[in-house]
Amino acid sequence: MTARAPLLRIEGLSKRFGGLTVTDDVWLDVLPGEIHAVIGPNGAGKTTLINEVSGALAPDAGRVLFDGLDITRLSMPRRVRAGLARTFQVTCVLPGFSALENVALAAQARDGSSFRFLRPAAGEARLNAAAREALEAVGLAGRAAVPAGALAHGEKRQLELAIALATRPRLLLLDEPLAGAGPEETERLIALLDRLRADYAILLVEHDMRAVFALADRISVLVYGRVVATGAPPEIRANPEVRAAYLGEDEA
Amino acid sequence: MREAAVPLVLFAALAAAPFAGFGEGYMLTLLARAMILGMAAVSLALLVGGAGLVSLGHAATLGVGAYAVVVLDANGLTDATAVVPVAVAAAALFALATGAVSLRTSGVHFIMITLAFGQMAFFTASSLAAYGGDDGYTLYARTGLAGTRILEDRLAFHYACLGLLGLAYLFCRAALAARFGRVLRAARENALRVRAVGFDPYPYRLLACVIAGAIGGLSGVLLANAAEFVAPSYLSWQRSGELLFMVILGGLGSLHGAILGALAYVLLEEWLSHLTEHWRMIFGPLLVLSVLFFRGGLAGLLAPRRR
Amino acid sequence: MSWSLLLVQTLNGLQFGILLFLIAAGLTLVFGVMDFINLAHGVQYMLGAYFGASLAAATGSFWLGLLLALPAALAAGLLLEFLVFRHLYDRDHLAQVLATFGVILFVNQGVKLVWGAAPLHMPIPPLLEGGVEVMPGLQYPIYRLAILAAGLAAALLLWFLVDRTRAGMLVRAGATNPEMVSALGVDIRRLFMLVFGFGAMLAGFAGVMAAPILSVEPGMGDAPLILAFVVIVIGGIGSIRGAFVAALLVGLMDALGRAVVPDLMRLFLAPSSARQAGAAIASMLVYVLMAAVLAFRPAGLFPVRTG
Repeated sequence: MTARAPLLRIEGLSKRFGGLTVTDDVWLDVLPGEIHAVIGPNGAGKTTLINEVSGALAPDAGRVLFDGLDITRLSMPRRVRAGLARTFQVTCVLPGFSALENVALAAQARDGSSFRFLRPAAGEARLNAAAREALEAVGLAGRAAVPAGALAHGEKRQLELAIALATRPRLLLLDEPLAGAGPEETERLIALLDRLRADYAILLVEHDMRAVFALADRISVLVYGRVVATGAPPEIRANPEVRAAYLGEDEA
Repeated sequence: MREAAVPLVLFAALAAAPFAGFGEGYMLTLLARAMILGMAAVSLALLVGGAGLVSLGHAATLGVGAYAVVVLDANGLTDATAVVPVAVAAAALFALATGAVSLRTSGVHFIMITLAFGQMAFFTASSLAAYGGDDGYTLYARTGLAGTRILEDRLAFHYACLGLLGLAYLFCRAALAARFGRVLRAARENALRVRAVGFDPYPYRLLACVIAGAIGGLSGVLLANAAEFVAPSYLSWQRSGELLFMVILGGLGSLHGAILGALAYVLLEEWLSHLTEHWRMIFGPLLVLSVLFFRGGLAGLLAPRRR
Repeated sequence: MSWSLLLVQTLNGLQFGILLFLIAAGLTLVFGVMDFINLAHGVQYMLGAYFGASLAAATGSFWLGLLLALPAALAAGLLLEFLVFRHLYDRDHLAQVLATFGVILFVNQGVKLVWGAAPLHMPIPPLLEGGVEVMPGLQYPIYRLAILAAGLAAALLLWFLVDRTRAGMLVRAGATNPEMVSALGVDIRRLFMLVFGFGAMLAGFAGVMAAPILSVEPGMGDAPLILAFVVIVIGGIGSIRGAFVAALLVGLMDALGRAVVPDLMRLFLAPSSARQAGAAIASMLVYVLMAAVLAFRPAGLFPVRTG
């Protein structure tokens, strides 16, 4: 691996809820074009970490650098506009909007002012074209007109990805994109993520170990809010501390 | 085209009403009142149905508009070219200031804080001793238009109300369908989703408050002129509740529903109050029943069935 | 303004505050546990006053009136819960606001139909007539002190029930985390009814106690209701402690404001307009307080729900 400047740097991030430390001095980075997976047992603080990086939650200490810029104090919308898009563990779409309009809204965020009052947004060709392109990329083009609330679970996961892509990000924060997907959907989503790696750096939180080891360039293991190991998949597989943490979890 | 049918018929009926048996002074007064409250209800529907912001203090914006007419009247300014811009700007400013604070909260707290601001406006109006205080203020005459007294004519006033109602309706409808409205509607469904694609909902919601306030102010000007009298009761929380009821009665999904709701409300109130002195005994349960069983509202009843 | 007036107004404020607390307690519990916004809670207070006044007149005894009014208020509350409110628990706040608004219209008018529009009067019981010297040369009515004492006793009882009993524990748990309580296998409907009935009775009790010092008339519950909402929003929804603190705060602010503000206004205005403007500004103060609290602490002074 050549020495590239990381796109995302997490420096000493910490967060406490009452007496509970959920993020404990986390250091982590994501290189351009890399899939960096974060794994860990339930309650390890993976989603909290994503929330802190995406701006949904303010950390108590530490910094988040994106492309060399300190974004720790930026709001979530500002981070998205800087090129940092996320998906949610629990599906977060607009159920009453069509799939196309869900994505078109994201495209709208990157297409000039939205303080426009007279022209119907549904008829804006440029937004619809961008939305169609993103739907195409995730393989959902055929379902563009369906209300998002009526999509199957796996399709909603795909739609989330399309929405994230339409914000024209440079880094994707994916919070368990495979959660709740059936075996077939899982295959499709893994193939899709594999295609996305060409264009985006990805910070991936995932429970499905097969997917993680198939996709990740590097893996970090989070236990009780601490990073206990970071390395290439084979190193992680061989790491005794990781095995202990996971075996302990499996036996329970 | 079919979606436009109901509002088209509605506006055509209102335009034809004076020549279709509703031309008497008494009926025209009633219709004018319905159209004016309909305009306020449309602006409230923009907030409630469009942005998902349930305001229980919207009558205050009417009140600000109406009291602007009073204050200018007392100072000898009675021409629409001065009255309307001042009143609308005052109501918009009021909405801007109260909205900026209220939007820091959400849900029930939003309902309550708008109620509180409404009450503040109500007590302010009661304290305006120079403008009648609790007893209200009788206007010397209706607002003039470019030096003429044309609004004194019932028919002209009818069409002035109708025209302004049409404009307000068309603007709100366009705004809701446009980019601005798409952000509002999306934030109503799921604010987190909207933030996660890069929009902060706050400025959009605040502007929605200001637009609704401005239109509310305009209907306040008309209401003051229709009655040639303004009182603090225009700003009471009961009036805000009535406006909300008109919006719901008409159906949350559409703006023209708010106009239907206002028409139905005003006519029903008129009819019931002729029937019995205790008409609220009937009206109250009707309200409860309509909430419990009539979820789509009047517009839902008239809308073409889908699927 | 003299110190004695200040003392009297402080006592009045505390006494008004404690009445507000009795109304707000039921409201905040119902709100906290059931997420139900009940505009018609003020109706309970009004019914309490009417039941108390008419039953005292019928039996010739204040005490019998009070004793009989409580179960009557409870029954009225449970009847409304059964007929209307329980169908609204699953609905959104907007539907709840409107339907309970309809209930207000109905009951206010119904009271007018049954008891007439003229105010009723409930005599102070002989035992509590007259005054005590709270300061050399300053008499304060015993009855008002009795209200204060009775209110404090009721507050204590409430604290005991909520803090020390199993049902109270469930209520507290329900306010913090409603899903958990139903997951525990508790019959949530029965718990709701219990809370509701108790809240209705407390408000009814406040109504009876207030009847001898206020005029008992239709709509008398509306103003205290709005203030009770202000109280629970300031205190933090679902928090009894918050409601207690906020009720005293609002009561004191209201009473002292009425005494102080007109005097202050006299510095700027002529006496007659100072009185009117001052009174209105004084009634505005509590809403300013609420807006300020919400602007800086959107969840109130004692937030209950953490998630």
